[in-house]
Amino acid sequence: MKKQSQKAMQQLRVVIVGHVDHGKSTLIGRLLYDTNSLPAGKYEELQEICKRRGTDALEWSFVLDAFQAERDQAITIDTTQIWFSTEMRDYVIIDAPGHREFLKNMISGAAQADAAILVVDATEGVREQTKRHAYMLSLLGMRQIAVVINKMDMVDHSTERFEEVSKEVDHYLKSIGLNANYIVPISAREGDMIANRSDKMDWYKGKSLTETLDCFELESPPLSRSLRFPVQDVYRYNEERILVGRVETGSIKKGDTILFSPTNESAKVTNIKVWPEDSARVSAGAGECIGITLDERIFVERGHIGSHNENPPMLSNVFRANLFWLSAKPLKQGNSYKVRYGTNEATVTVQSIDRVIDTDDLGQTEKASEVGKNAVAEVTLRSREMLAIDPYTDNQKLGRMVIYDGYDIAGGGSINMDGYADQRENAPKSQNIFMVDHLITDERRALNKGHKGGIFWFTGLSGAGKSTLAMAVEKALFDKGYHTYVLDGDNVRYGLNSDLGFSPEDRAENIRRVGEVTALMADAGLIVISAFISPYRADRDKARAASPDNFNEIYVEADLKTCENRDPKGLYKKARQGSIKQFTGVDSPYEAPENPEMVVNTQDNDVQTCVNQVLRYVEDLVRLETYETSRKEKAIAI
Amino acid sequence: MYNYLDELEAKSIYIIREAYNKLDPLGMMWSIGKDSTALLYMVRKAFFGRVPFPVALLDTEQEMPEVYAFRDRLIKEWDLDCINWKCPPEEEMDMTLPPNTRSAMRKTEGLKTLMEEYKFKGMFGGIRRDEQGLRAKERVFSPRSFDGSWDFKDQPPEFWDQYKTEFPEGAHLRVHPILHWTEIDIWRYHQRENIPFCELYLAREDKETGKMMRYRSLGEKNLTFPVESPADSIEAIIEELGVTEVSERSGRSMDTETEDSFEKLRARGYM
Ligand SMILES: Nc1nc2c(ncn2[C@@H]2O[C@H](COP(=O)(O)OP(=O)(O)OP(=O)(O)O)[C@@H](O)[C@H]2O)c(=O)[nH]1
Ligand SMILES: [Mg+2]
Repeated sequence: MKKQSQKAMQQLRVVIVGHVDHGKSTLIGRLLYDTNSLPAGKYEELQEICKRRGTDALEWSFVLDAFQAERDQAITIDTTQIWFSTEMRDYVIIDAPGHREFLKNMISGAAQADAAILVVDATEGVREQTKRHAYMLSLLGMRQIAVVINKMDMVDHSTERFEEVSKEVDHYLKSIGLNANYIVPISAREGDMIANRSDKMDWYKGKSLTETLDCFELESPPLSRSLRFPVQDVYRYNEERILVGRVETGSIKKGDTILFSPTNESAKVTNIKVWPEDSARVSAGAGECIGITLDERIFVERGHIGSHNENPPMLSNVFRANLFWLSAKPLKQGNSYKVRYGTNEATVTVQSIDRVIDTDDLGQTEKASEVGKNAVAEVTLRSREMLAIDPYTDNQKLGRMVIYDGYDIAGGGSINMDGYADQRENAPKSQNIFMVDHLITDERRALNKGHKGGIFWFTGLSGAGKSTLAMAVEKALFDKGYHTYVLDGDNVRYGLNSDLGFSPEDRAENIRRVGEVTALMADAGLIVISAFISPYRADRDKARAASPDNFNEIYVEADLKTCENRDPKGLYKKARQGSIKQFTGVDSPYEAPENPEMVVNTQDNDVQTCVNQVLRYVEDLVRLETYETSRKEKAIAI
Repeated sequence: MYNYLDELEAKSIYIIREAYNKLDPLGMMWSIGKDSTALLYMVRKAFFGRVPFPVALLDTEQEMPEVYAFRDRLIKEWDLDCINWKCPPEEEMDMTLPPNTRSAMRKTEGLKTLMEEYKFKGMFGGIRRDEQGLRAKERVFSPRSFDGSWDFKDQPPEFWDQYKTEFPEGAHLRVHPILHWTEIDIWRYHQRENIPFCELYLAREDKETGKMMRYRSLGEKNLTFPVESPADSIEAIIEELGVTEVSERSGRSMDTETEDSFEKLRARGYM
């Protein structure tokens, strides 16, 4: 076999995709023949097999379709690879099956490719799998695509038909954000415009297929990106603890301080280990499998991700994914699945299926309850533990994950953190902090005030009635002699948080500060009511953590439609028009509480009913049983 | 400095370490040929000079003497835990198979008994996609049922370096860390890393015909034949592979006895 010429020590992997029977395998067989890449005897063997099987024309697809079942049914079942070269370099050609039943095999092949050729039958034009395959290419992040319009012999090599089909393909690709770098008319069976040009199509002045292949580029390893070193395993040899793994992006060197996520611990690299031993080895870059040793015995295990201090991955227990689903058993809301990305493995629950996309007409179903086989969807996933996460836009290697159902991979997708904030704990910036103890106990404070302090944290959509309710409850409590104060979203943003906007990070910081302030005020003995949308569970959980014994989460509930109809500040209207961005419920998520201490439904009840409901709850909690009378006396005095 | 052999190697080492982390007990089929020896060398790279699991030779007692000698040399030099596993005799094989295929079935059956004995959850194999059309369709982590058979019509999806690592009790995984290498890659790697190989790969004069002959692929005496070639050094082999049109397994008789003979072998568990 003529392969891997000496000159080109470079290999480009190209996948051939398209609808069933549009001629993918035939194209590859012919490509090999026309570039003299078939092993000796293969051509004769093919002729022999075709004669035995009674087909008069030579079936080029048999070069690749090696299974008997594939030859019998004349379809490709599984993906395969074959090597060939042009003057310029070596290629690995990946054949993919077009039948929808074998989409999982198409993906297994296509995910390995640097470039793709989309084959479209000139007689049939764009069909269902043409679209689905193209859509999968976009999900796989493929950016180099050539389209070939095949079987030109069957449309009399008509330039009009070529233009027509080209337009159709181009239109679909553009609508999903892809771009065909080249569109080439070919006849795979006749070998026209593959390696050789064709008299029959002298109207076509563009590149032949092999010429377009040579124009594709090989991506260089992502050395200039932030370091990601996912720990694959930990070996202990001769008293030495070696963390092994592959540098996915960036580079690492001896002496670097490495921060591990999600544990947030760091240590210095004492050695880069390879075998045979090489003491001159002081650094490693993206793509290299190495071992490292550390100067401190911090806890590190498989799945932890090493980075430099300046740009670590995000930490979050919730993220979104744009995924494709391959299993016959649908992905369901509420189900838990195992996911893997890099070397990390986690269990996630499907919090919501935000959108299911029909790849045929690009129609969208919002808020579906399941994702069926071969469908694509956007989902929100939540895990119990904090995960170290890179969105796909930041890191193409770690920003994608596969989902397992049972023993097998059932789907895959890219990670999207839009609308979600980094939850990495900000440790105190200063090291010289010493907590001082008060001389006054909580009890004495409570005695003095006549009631205990507490935090009543209202959460809900804009327009759900948080502020109205909070102010009414405050007044009622005050009138009864309680020491109370409301922290309201808009008010706080004028002062304490005037430096913050509405990005996920700023929203998180807004709530963090308010959480700390409510904790201090409750500690001082006040009944604090806070009225903030506080859309993220993670942020509310953090506010709770600031003062766990005093914290009460109260869900002020009204559905989006109701709130949007009320629209007291006209904000929903602006958000729908697009003049406000990242508005909760419209283009930014609201995560309803899972186990709130209390739910107040403002949709079906009037304000007074709701105020009374909250009032009863608050009074019950802050009451000082033994000093009941003392508070009453005070109330009279006021 | 990072070139394409490094890239192929890194991918293999990653796979080897994945299997080691996920599958226990783990073993490796070592045919003593150039591919599985290169693989074994990469195992040593992955584990900093060690081979932390047993390697098994499926012995039909039909290997050539040079092969046995090379085996003994490496066991000693590389400190290998080698299982020399005797395959069942040919008489016990399926009589309906063509003769050479039946002979090759001995390894398949031997492997089955080996798996029964050692209960391996994972078994490394040194096959490559460019060798043969059926191998080209393999997965890196390829599930096998309890009897070793390969359900090639319904293989699990495999992408983004995430593999199938769980399976029902009694089944196992064949792991193929050098699936993405080609024959010439392997030889270039042998050359670069100075990995020892069996001398039968180098051309020698045939006493009877006076022609220079060498083995492209090593197998049992009765099933494998040398091809005519002047290549008597690794450099010459690499040069030859750059221009030859003769396929690597052309010296293997069971591949092409009938159109589907190799498929039958592989479906039943052959490497
Ligand atoms: N006339 C004509 N027939 C072609 C051409 N290319 C392919 N065919 C025929 O179209 C049929 C399907 O070709 P395949 O190569 O098997 O199609 P495929 O796209 O690989 O199909 P799957 O892999 O099953 O999705 C075969 O009968 C081919 O001979 C062409 O350029 N002209
Ligand atoms: Mg095909």
